[in-house]
Amino acid sequence: MVHPHLRRGGLSALPLALAGLAAVAAACLAGAYPAAPADVAAVIGRAAGLPLAAPEDPALTAVVLDLRLWRALLAYGVGAALAVAGGVFQGVLRNPLADPFTLGVSGGAAFGAALSMTLGLAAAVGSRFATPACALAGGGAALAAVLALSRLSGGLRRETVVLAGIVAATFLSALLSLVKALNEESVAGIVFWIMGGFQGRGRAELGLFLPCLAGGLVVVRFYIRELDILLLGETQARQLGVPAGRARLALLAGASLLTAGSVAVSGVIGFVGLIAPHACRRLYGAEHGTLLPQSALCGGALLVASDVLSRTILPDGAELPVGVVTALLGGPFFCFLLLSGPSGGRA
Amino acid sequence: MIRCQGLRAGYGRFEALSGIDLHVRPGEMVGLLGPNGAGKTTLLLAMTGALAPAAGRVLLGGDDIAAMPDRMRARRAAAVPQRAESASGLSVRALVLMGRYPYLSLLGGYGPDDLAAADAAMAAVGVAGLAGRRLSELSGGEFQRVLTARALAQATDVLILDEASASLDIARKMELYALLAARNADGATIVAALHDINLAALFCRRLVFLKNGRIEADGPVAEVFTHKTLSRIYDTDILVIAHPATGAPQALAVPAGGACLPAAPTAHGPAGDR
Repeated sequence: MVHPHLRRGGLSALPLALAGLAAVAAACLAGAYPAAPADVAAVIGRAAGLPLAAPEDPALTAVVLDLRLWRALLAYGVGAALAVAGGVFQGVLRNPLADPFTLGVSGGAAFGAALSMTLGLAAAVGSRFATPACALAGGGAALAAVLALSRLSGGLRRETVVLAGIVAATFLSALLSLVKALNEESVAGIVFWIMGGFQGRGRAELGLFLPCLAGGLVVVRFYIRELDILLLGETQARQLGVPAGRARLALLAGASLLTAGSVAVSGVIGFVGLIAPHACRRLYGAEHGTLLPQSALCGGALLVASDVLSRTILPDGAELPVGVVTALLGGPFFCFLLLSGPSGGRA
Repeated sequence: MIRCQGLRAGYGRFEALSGIDLHVRPGEMVGLLGPNGAGKTTLLLAMTGALAPAAGRVLLGGDDIAAMPDRMRARRAAAVPQRAESASGLSVRALVLMGRYPYLSLLGGYGPDDLAAADAAMAAVGVAGLAGRRLSELSGGEFQRVLTARALAQATDVLILDEASASLDIARKMELYALLAARNADGATIVAALHDINLAALFCRRLVFLKNGRIEADGPVAEVFTHKTLSRIYDTDILVIAHPATGAPQALAVPAGGACLPAAPTAHGPAGDR
């Protein structure tokens, strides 16, 4: 007989998975360029290798695939990565307000990107991936600095890590502003990194992002049982046989890789890493084996939907940074979560 | 089984244990007693490897606990913590299953054997009905019993309990210690810190008294559970009488300077009616 605890099938993931599918479908259909659902389906079917007739409008293939589908898939991946990273940070730090910002990882990545743009690294190196790579390096450096700072001030306790993270984030935002002021012609580009967005992003960025996503998820998966136990604090973790310091470090590194990879391709997008895990914790409980997959599905759907809004809400095809949309949706939603009961608010 | 040698430990500059030499033999059930701040919790933390000694060492089955891999240590000694930090969103079953962590393979999840062990442990302490509840929905006493279930699920030879009965009512206390005594009869080595010295005298065969980070008394209950020793350790007058049913020594504190109510005047009227 199967134990009832093992019988929790994948069915509970269905609603959020369908929501993500619907969001991606909406992303392929919505936009200034008119596209009929049948034509969109044909374009995607042909791209998947199905023997379908091409739509009459030859430009439609480029619009649906290059401008919409790849972008939506990238947004989905970034949303999932940010949500998982937020869930991990909240669990490891046992702090409900922890997310990529609290550790300064997003700030470090954004600063790395801004520095690369100011120095013109992309042109110098001859690769458009120079800037995202610098974002990655900046995020990693910020994490290392935060961990070193908190170690010096008394070990990797949750208070010290968050404190060090806030110090790093504040310092990095000041540095970013300085770079911005010294190099005014690239303000628009820097704004993209600060507010986040997917404009003009797609297949190529997905190629850079996916290794980060895969690497981060593997690390988190490897330590997912330890993550549950770390919720109880270091003493109990050690009494239960968990190598607490190592597990915590690995989980922070994995979550930071997810964050830096996301910032590298889409800039700093707030609130996804906060909202998705909080909402899912309330619905599905705090066990990370369930919480993180659900958060990933939730974050993916949320960010694709936000991206669709960001490029359709303004007239004349103008785009809002997607970070503006997530903050507009996330702020009130987070207030609702905080006010509607204590159980989901605590990690 | 557990041997502390010249053990010193503390927090920062504060030294909570100033040289402990203690040998707990296999199959013993030891009550660890002493006033507040005596160092009981610190000693138990050091015994479980959760707190590194500043000097000296702790041997578990002959092996230095500091050099033991985390999982191996957790397969030998399980702890029921005192001020347990909880994670409100976890379910009771998830918390108890964590006791099976030391037995998991590198990537494996909790399997049928682990679930069966967790279920058995929850049944043993009478919390099987709570399995699906979240921790935030438990009372203090229920939470303490769930933590005890987790330690039982860990299936260790050594059980280390820090005030595991503090939030329990008198009947639950008796149940818990009867359960521990049964485990002890089956061969488990048990060290339990308690403030309820009468409970300790009822169930433990050996008592160790700590005071100011040192062992003040150590021996069989009949030898150390005396008017003289108790009064000295707790700095107050404590009488010892025999338990009417079991004969075990039981302590009665004597209020200083007669600062208490006179005996209630029988059933004729309310106690305050005079």
